Amino acid sequence: MNILICLSNVPDTTTKIKLVDDNKNYEKTGIQWIINPWDELALTRALELKENADAKVEKVTVITLGGKEAEPTIRKALAIGADDAIRIDAEPQDAFFVASQLAEVIKKNMYDLILCGIESSDYNGSAVGGMLAELLDIPSVSAVSMININGGEISINREIDGGKEMVSVPAPLVTVVQKGIAKEPRIASMRGIMMAKTKPLNVVPAAPVESLTEYAGFELPKPKAACKMVSPDNVKELVDLLHNEAKVI
Amino acid sequence: MENNTNLKSGEFLVKEVNANEVFIPEEFNEEQLMIAQTCRDFIETEVYPNIDKVEKQDRELMKSMLKKSGDLGLMGISVAEEYGGFGQTFVTQMLAAETIGAGYSFSVAFMAHCGIGTLPIMYYGNEEQRRKYVTKLATGELLGAYCLTEPGAGSDANAGKTNAVLSADGKHYILNGQKMWITNAGFADVLTVFAKIDNDRVLSAFIVDANTPGVVVNPDEHKMGIKGSSTAQIFFNDVKVPVENLLGRRGEGFRIALSILHMGRIKLGANVLGAAKKAIDDSVRYANERKQFGVLISTFGTIKHKLAQQAIRVFVAESANYRVSKDIDELMVKYKAEGCDHGKAAIDAISHYAVEAAILKVYGSEMLDFIVDEGVQIHGGMGYSAEMAIERAYRDSRINRIFEGTNEINTILVVDTAMKRAMKGDFDLFGQAEELYASVDKITDGKPAMENYFEEKIRYIRNFKKATLLLIHAASKTFGKTLMHEQEVLNNIAVMIMEIYIAESTALRVQKLGSLRGEASIGLYKDMLDVFVYDTASKIRKSALDAIYSFADTAEADKLARAAEILSIVAGVNTKDARRRIADNMIGENKYTL
Repeated sequence: MNILICLSNVPDTTTKIKLVDDNKNYEKTGIQWIINPWDELALTRALELKENADAKVEKVTVITLGGKEAEPTIRKALAIGADDAIRIDAEPQDAFFVASQLAEVIKKNMYDLILCGIESSDYNGSAVGGMLAELLDIPSVSAVSMININGGEISINREIDGGKEMVSVPAPLVTVVQKGIAKEPRIASMRGIMMAKTKPLNVVPAAPVESLTEYAGFELPKPKAACKMVSPDNVKELVDLLHNEAKVI
Repeated sequence: MENNTNLKSGEFLVKEVNANEVFIPEEFNEEQLMIAQTCRDFIETEVYPNIDKVEKQDRELMKSMLKKSGDLGLMGISVAEEYGGFGQTFVTQMLAAETIGAGYSFSVAFMAHCGIGTLPIMYYGNEEQRRKYVTKLATGELLGAYCLTEPGAGSDANAGKTNAVLSADGKHYILNGQKMWITNAGFADVLTVFAKIDNDRVLSAFIVDANTPGVVVNPDEHKMGIKGSSTAQIFFNDVKVPVENLLGRRGEGFRIALSILHMGRIKLGANVLGAAKKAIDDSVRYANERKQFGVLISTFGTIKHKLAQQAIRVFVAESANYRVSKDIDELMVKYKAEGCDHGKAAIDAISHYAVEAAILKVYGSEMLDFIVDEGVQIHGGMGYSAEMAIERAYRDSRINRIFEGTNEINTILVVDTAMKRAMKGDFDLFGQAEELYASVDKITDGKPAMENYFEEKIRYIRNFKKATLLLIHAASKTFGKTLMHEQEVLNNIAVMIMEIYIAESTALRVQKLGSLRGEASIGLYKDMLDVFVYDTASKIRKSALDAIYSFADTAEADKLARAAEILSIVAGVNTKDARRRIADNMIGENKYTL
């Protein structure tokens, strides 16, 4: 069984975003880039499965859209333990663009199990996984919190309102995974870092796919307003403030 | 003063290098950054969540943390590949040491194992010893400790009384003695022990398995800080050490001890950078949360001043650290090309830069003490509470000025080593000093009609060097061989030498950064350089005058003092605005950013 992880290269979650180009883009230099945290968990689970002999996983591959500057993040995934990597030489535009580019590459060499993080921590679109499955015409399962493989059978838990849904799906399929899929993300070991240099990182050209989105502009969230303390004995003042000042009730 | 590359140790006093020839931290490659990230991830996921428990002296936990770092390969960074390590460059070793340095007492235990616990055998062991011990120390399968200090032999290491006598059958050395302040004593498997064979005047070194009968480890000491690291006395009572465990040759121990201390010092210089950056991060975050008089305290000029001072100190120390690290790498390459094996090339190259190692140790440990002290102050009353990380940082910092050779010994070493190297002929210090002295009446600040920003800074530093050379000449002339007993004067000269190396390294770094990233993007770096060189000038002036008035007669003192005044002239700087800009940047980002 071969596993593919769709991996986004995203700014570190503590990055202070600065808007540029008339608020149509953000400043990309000086940013620390990381593996999207949900994708990193997906990778971790794939490696756990590979280490479990019963799962019979032969290879774990990661695939990313991005320019050459995305390669340190890809090599980090190789250092953590992925066997090889593919970089599609295109800047991600929107979910459909990304899913289409991924589908073009995957079609030529199908994987048994494709893992996507439930969202990326930069745009949080949560759309690529479903679109990708549709474009590949294979099943997809969303909100996955557990994956196991035994004797070629893939069993999956999904989070549903008030409980869990357990499903078994034939390969190939796309799973959209969320927190809980793996324990802690792994730290790249020294040996892993040294090996990463020797693992294949194949660059493929972008397919002619049009972006369907035009960015009108970004806006930063408003700074946190000052906090007003109201004594617990003074509910009347609280109601008054909420009604007249905050105008929320 | 002519231009040249690959300076010898201390040679920076008489020669200048071009900015494009120094290595700066902004040039770390992808692999180095990835290794640093691994160290950081380890500290954040394994050390910080456990730090309160290890502080309560949970030795098993500390041991398991060390083993985990071994599993990740972190203990093999400095060890050659043929002995199970990763044979990384010295720059990478220092970067890893810096990053681990943010790990409080874990850092001390880790560095003791990887440095003084492992490297004596790596550098001086024979093939068999390296195979038997280093391969396992590099993975953490065995943990190491270094036993040099004794109750009566601290700074005076060669005064140790631990004794070794060959057994009647000639198969063992019988060790007897007492060692103290041994880091990792509580759980180390392998000890490098220094002792005198028979009535030798100098030390020999031995590899001792800690489970050998007669090795008795006392309970841990109760320390001011770094409480998580195990520190104890070890007694050797008729301990039988196989003769094949003699490390190096008989009588080579003192040299081994000194070389290993050079290495320990320079790594300490990197360690303190990580601890300092963590303390600054904590300080900025607190200043950005704490409100007084209705506003965040980070809006106050006084707090900004403190934050900026913290940032400048760590930045300048970092500049010197990586400059000399690259010099060591290049010298190591040269030694290897001349036929040395990895171990010998490494320790010889490190030992060569003894002047710089002592500077980094002294400057770095004082830098960290300053930063944690101001960190506590920024935290106000909370800074005194054990709830806050800065409280632990404050206590942990203090030892750095004491171990790896006290700052007092190292300060003297800065001058002593530089002068000895010059006397040996490594560079022309005394000739240039004499020449300057001969024309001391005609000294000017050398200001040309036109000079650019960096030319001006380099000229200032050149003048600081001239002031130092003048002083060295005058003091040598007055005291001759007894100069080494005039420790106060040596301290004055050492301060000048240290400030010069740090200031020059910073100027070269900012200049190189300007050529790499464009002048427009180095505004804050120039602010730091401006403030630092301006402050350095006052220190140069004061140190020079303190020395001059302490030994020169009136006529000579007038002459020298006039020269010192002229040579420490620098243009005025609006340090208030410069510091505000530096602080505002960190306040905006909520962390140390440069």
